[in-house]
Amino acid sequence: MALAVEKSEASTASWEPRIVAFFCNWCTYAAADLAGISRVKYSPNMRMVRVMCSGRIDPSFVLEAFRSGADGVLIGGCNPGDCHYKEGNYKTMRRAMLLSQMLQDLGIEKERFRLEWICASCARELQTTVNKMADDLRRLGPLDWKGV
Amino acid sequence: MTAAGEAPRIGVYVCDCGFNILGAIDVPEVVRYAGGLEGVVLAKEYKYMCSDPGQDLIKKDIREQRLNRVVVASCTPTLHERTFRRVVSEAGLNPFLFNMVNVREGVAWVTEDKARATEKAKALIRAGVRRVALQEPLEARSEPVNPNVLVIGGGIAGMHAALSLANANSGAKVHLVEREPSIGGNMARFDKTFPTLDCASCILTPKMTEVKIHPNIHLHSYAEVVSVEGYVGNFDVTIEHKPRYVNEDLCIGCLKCVEACVYRDARFPNAFDLGLAKRKPIYIPFPQAVPTKVLIDPMDCLYLKLGKCKKTCVDACEKGAIDFAQAAVRAQVKVGTIIVATGFKPFDARRKPQYGYGTLPNVFTALEMERFLSPTGPTEGVPSLKDGSLPRKVGIIHCVGSRDRNTNEYCSKVCCMYSLKLAHLIRERTGAEVYDFYIDMRTPGKGYEEFHEKLLAEGLKVIRGRVAEVTTSALTREEKGHLIIRVEDTLAGFVRRIPVDMVVLSVGLEPQSDTQQLRRMLNLSCGREGFLQELHPKLAPVSTATDGIYIAGACQGPKDIPETVAQAGSAAAEALALVHRGTVEVQPYTAVVDEAVCSGCQVCVGMCPYDAITYDADKGVVHVLEVKCKGCGVCAAACPSSAIDQKHFRNAFVLAEVAGVI
Repeated sequence: MALAVEKSEASTASWEPRIVAFFCNWCTYAAADLAGISRVKYSPNMRMVRVMCSGRIDPSFVLEAFRSGADGVLIGGCNPGDCHYKEGNYKTMRRAMLLSQMLQDLGIEKERFRLEWICASCARELQTTVNKMADDLRRLGPLDWKGV
Repeated sequence: MTAAGEAPRIGVYVCDCGFNILGAIDVPEVVRYAGGLEGVVLAKEYKYMCSDPGQDLIKKDIREQRLNRVVVASCTPTLHERTFRRVVSEAGLNPFLFNMVNVREGVAWVTEDKARATEKAKALIRAGVRRVALQEPLEARSEPVNPNVLVIGGGIAGMHAALSLANANSGAKVHLVEREPSIGGNMARFDKTFPTLDCASCILTPKMTEVKIHPNIHLHSYAEVVSVEGYVGNFDVTIEHKPRYVNEDLCIGCLKCVEACVYRDARFPNAFDLGLAKRKPIYIPFPQAVPTKVLIDPMDCLYLKLGKCKKTCVDACEKGAIDFAQAAVRAQVKVGTIIVATGFKPFDARRKPQYGYGTLPNVFTALEMERFLSPTGPTEGVPSLKDGSLPRKVGIIHCVGSRDRNTNEYCSKVCCMYSLKLAHLIRERTGAEVYDFYIDMRTPGKGYEEFHEKLLAEGLKVIRGRVAEVTTSALTREEKGHLIIRVEDTLAGFVRRIPVDMVVLSVGLEPQSDTQQLRRMLNLSCGREGFLQELHPKLAPVSTATDGIYIAGACQGPKDIPETVAQAGSAAAEALALVHRGTVEVQPYTAVVDEAVCSGCQVCVGMCPYDAITYDADKGVVHVLEVKCKGCGVCAAACPSSAIDQKHFRNAFVLAEVAGVI
């Protein structure tokens, strides 16, 4: 925690965290579309990358995002049982658990990597998740991770 | 360099979308920025990229400027990706050398600060440009569409959809599945319909019969869909027929068995009449039931329950249709499209205990009142009190379980109108004085406001205010022996106590209780209230996120009969469009194996949910069966040596996008 405080103090006031978000086409990307149609505003720190299924997300994508300068990575998929491809999200869940552990071992705080199930009609949940993550990252400060 | 070895010549088009994007993003600045990106030969702004002149602009540039890649930054790809893919292919470019950047739903509509929205749009376009430079030409696959259609639910929505499809004589067979013993749905329970007051049975029964006799409709009554596998154009459906204990093919509906039953009196609650009327263990749900076939309730029948009975029904049946050995039978059907028309569930009035439903006598729900008012219902059309006398004063309470933070926040849309209809009918049949307690009187619709005016002219007493409670504790002699409705009259500005003899609760409409199971089976999603979610609230109101599955009627949200029928027709047209086309385009986002890299570890084989990956023991590598692959990319993420990749979502493409957005 002490490290995080130091980081945020060191950063300039205008610094904004960068969040790379991998969203599955069927649920979370659809939720983002719905947020748009419903004019649900959320923090612009989040930048979406669309994949067909959250199960497509190779852990190396997450590492690469952090290495390229992301301060946080968000994965959005369908709720358990709702996967468009039967069970892709279960695979994501298992991978994310291992990955989260590994990232923490590498010194990347837990709050910087999140997996959330956000359904196609969950525009509000998307808003809450993104805003909360942006707030958390502002508190943690820039990551500046150079990779392993 | 692109995969084909030529230098990328990318055209970037940023759409203003009127003021939708222009108002929230500094578009000229974004265009200026995009023009300086690597590989971009031109960047342009246009009012509406999806319009004909917008499309022509792209085509012209592809031809004249020899563009070999195109990026359009506008709305979400789910809306117009197809449009622009068609545009580029019309100009001779492979449609998969196009990339769409979502700056409307993804930026303009969700960002408050214009400077930050502009910055985000730049980042997304940068990512889109980097990605498109790597993209490779692909061919979309086309697969045949099975012409048969499955319609789930035999209410007015399902029946209308089935008939529209069947009347097209397209060669398609419609499988209509209804879980109750008869089709007709809730509409069959109504006496009259608003605002015309035409008799529900008179307009419904001919439709029910038509469904039954139509050569293109296969009616599966008293049956449920238990599983749906496959995808648009090719669904495998399993339907389970529940046992009637009566051979449907032999029964002619003469009802001699019902007369002959050892139970002389009807003593079991009839579900169709919401338990208000009684039936025997062998029964027909209601006189106009379709199919007109009897069934036996195994929970009530002595023989089925105890194994001991004289079986007088068997002797009475000349056709020998009664079959106690019948069991549930499963049938498999193949269809190309599915229409879901599963309707609604009335709000359970017990959840508002202050209104006394289930505890006070003579408090009924609106649906129960429909049955009382029906000539074939428990009171043969004249609602009476528990003691048999006619009510002199009746109170109708609106918004029970609607517009209420404690239950459902949404407006159920039909209750104001049906309450007015019930008020009219109760007054007509019993001569009672009717009070309507409403929050707001909502009567939008053709002839609806006129109906409201007519009721007011008839002498309906309307009181504006949400009813606090219905009680029997009387304060005065006049109140004694009555149900007292306590309400704040918000127009008069004081609390009133109105004694009545009967209370009707205008309950709202809720999603069916098993909507979640249905949703999972069909891979659909539900909105906040639990109703099935349409693809787009305005432009795709009967489509769903799952191709080939359409929704109609109250399963999508509360709606009245005209709206339900309109939606059912629309869903039928959507399904027919697919049937008529005969083929469906399947995205070529399948997995590919680099055999030179594959080590044959077979991790991917177990990952694939569709058994699309096989191991070739001779070569020591895996193969992907393209027809089986649905393009999720789970295998590509699992491959330890990156030997499997996904077309159009290659690792390199995703990583280029990641580097671009940061």
